[in-house]
Amino acid sequence: MNNLLILPLIIPLLTGIILILFREQIKVQKWLSAIAMILTIGVSIQLVQTVSLKGIQTLRLGGWEPPFGIILVADMFAALLVATASIVGLCCILFAFRSIGIERERFYFYPFMLFLITGVSGSFLTGDIFNLFVCFEVMLISSYVLIVLGGTKEQLRESLKYVLINIVSSIFFVISVAYLYAVTGTLNMADLSLIVSEIMTQATSGQQGLVLIIALLFLFVFSLKAGLFLYFWLPGSYSAPPTAIAAIFGGLLTKVGVYAIFRTFSLIFYQQPEITHQLIAWLAGMTMIIGVLGAVAHWDVRKILAYNVVAAVGFIMFGFAIFTTVAIEGAIFYLIHDMIVKALLFLLGGAMIAIAGTSNLKEMGGLIKNHPGLGWMFFIAALALAGVPPLSGFIGKLLIIQGGLDAGFYWLTGISLLSSLLILYSVIKIFMNGFWREQKLRREEEKASFKGLALPCALLILLSIALGLGAEWVYGDYISEAAHTLMNPSIYIDAVSPVKE
Amino acid sequence: MEIIMSLVVGVLFTVGVYLILTKSLLRIILGTAILSHGAHLLLLTMAGLKTGNPPLLPDDLSGGNVGAYTDPLPQALILTAIVISFGVTAFFFVLAYRAYKELGTDDMDQLRGNDDE
Repeated sequence: MNNLLILPLIIPLLTGIILILFREQIKVQKWLSAIAMILTIGVSIQLVQTVSLKGIQTLRLGGWEPPFGIILVADMFAALLVATASIVGLCCILFAFRSIGIERERFYFYPFMLFLITGVSGSFLTGDIFNLFVCFEVMLISSYVLIVLGGTKEQLRESLKYVLINIVSSIFFVISVAYLYAVTGTLNMADLSLIVSEIMTQATSGQQGLVLIIALLFLFVFSLKAGLFLYFWLPGSYSAPPTAIAAIFGGLLTKVGVYAIFRTFSLIFYQQPEITHQLIAWLAGMTMIIGVLGAVAHWDVRKILAYNVVAAVGFIMFGFAIFTTVAIEGAIFYLIHDMIVKALLFLLGGAMIAIAGTSNLKEMGGLIKNHPGLGWMFFIAALALAGVPPLSGFIGKLLIIQGGLDAGFYWLTGISLLSSLLILYSVIKIFMNGFWREQKLRREEEKASFKGLALPCALLILLSIALGLGAEWVYGDYISEAAHTLMNPSIYIDAVSPVKE
Repeated sequence: MEIIMSLVVGVLFTVGVYLILTKSLLRIILGTAILSHGAHLLLLTMAGLKTGNPPLLPDDLSGGNVGAYTDPLPQALILTAIVISFGVTAFFFVLAYRAYKELGTDDMDQLRGNDDE
């Protein structure tokens, strides 16, 4: 029992509710939301430390013994993701201070950002499958509002599709929960894990097939949220909203789907890896191919970055599907790296678009003359994304590829290496066309300045460099423990179930 | 009883999917509403439709006359799912109204957009 667990949810939620009262006082909104996010980062780092020292932390809401009440569980994986998500959230909010504009700020922009972060943290920390659904909805409804806030034609058109897709996937989530409840009679994840493995070991019960179908339904639901192969809604939706919103979407939203797949398929449905994990592996392979094809084909900065999100989801899921300790460690490292770097790239790309006044690369050029800081930050971020050694993307990729080769996934490992190359090509294409070549705009013709936007980008890039340079420390103390817990569900179950007397 | 309910849910899903695949935005929203009805009914059905008392404890517990009850958990889940889908549907309707006023069409084919904007 540890009340620390609820703080990453409570702080943004309460602040968001209070901010509804201060609609016209933009200064108050900015200060309060920044302070709330800094506090959230503080408590989530504290949570990571506590989990690292004392093992998995649980909080039984209402004091009921599991499996009867709702329980919050923070293992190392969830705690690390909460910390990363709150840092990314702070940087996006800081970026919004100078870029989002008074009109959106007056219509509850900051409260919805905070509600979004509440939903994301809640999804990471919950230990109950229906509560996961509710946290998903908290996150999604905030994202519906954020994607359409401002009401431009493009936003309206894309949000119609985004809302429809997510309503359908939420309905399928409810259906999957219904089937799972009918077979097992419980909603608590640890309890589900026990009952499902009991069903799978009884040869006579004849319910193995049913459990497999339910597992595939969950895979369908979470793939739709994560953009794993079912990515078709993603490029359009992520190109429509303003930069700060697109960055928090690119950094956090798909990653929650990825987390849900990690959690359900390592804790609940881990008994038939020859079917489920093979399927995830091939879906991941196709996702990587589709993602890089889209990233290479487009000449629009936002589209390129959106397809990069798809490719990275494929890569992370490939690491998960290998399902060896090494590959899971790689996937967790890459997931954390990718949350930071994707948000960073969206922010930098958004700054480029704001300055140039267009998102078409063919109409940009020579931005480095007036904005060397932006240019070199983008360059470092591009190299980090592709996985060049001193930066943060390298270790994760190395571990996943090592795990893939050890487990005999030669084709998929080849695809993932090739996709790294093409991802590097796609972001360097932005760099070379946007920052090099002859200058298209004189300083006075530029539509915006990079001043004031640099701070959040610099924070994220320093974090990315630190994650790369301090990889041994992060890996040894935190990532390996997270992977150890994921690979051994009994640790999680023991932490959740009531203490035997 | 469960079999009949399953058939009903199946019909609701068929109609919902058919409506979602049509062109008109309003029909799509009606489709999502019907789909969510199907999901809620399914949740109720899958938890078992055994006959039993409503999940309320009698005032007088001393006699030990606590009979069989229907499962209260799925009812709570359905209530949660209903209010969530109600909120989302209301948002979706207003979104569709705004989109119709701004874009001047409710035909999904014309809402495709292109890369040049």
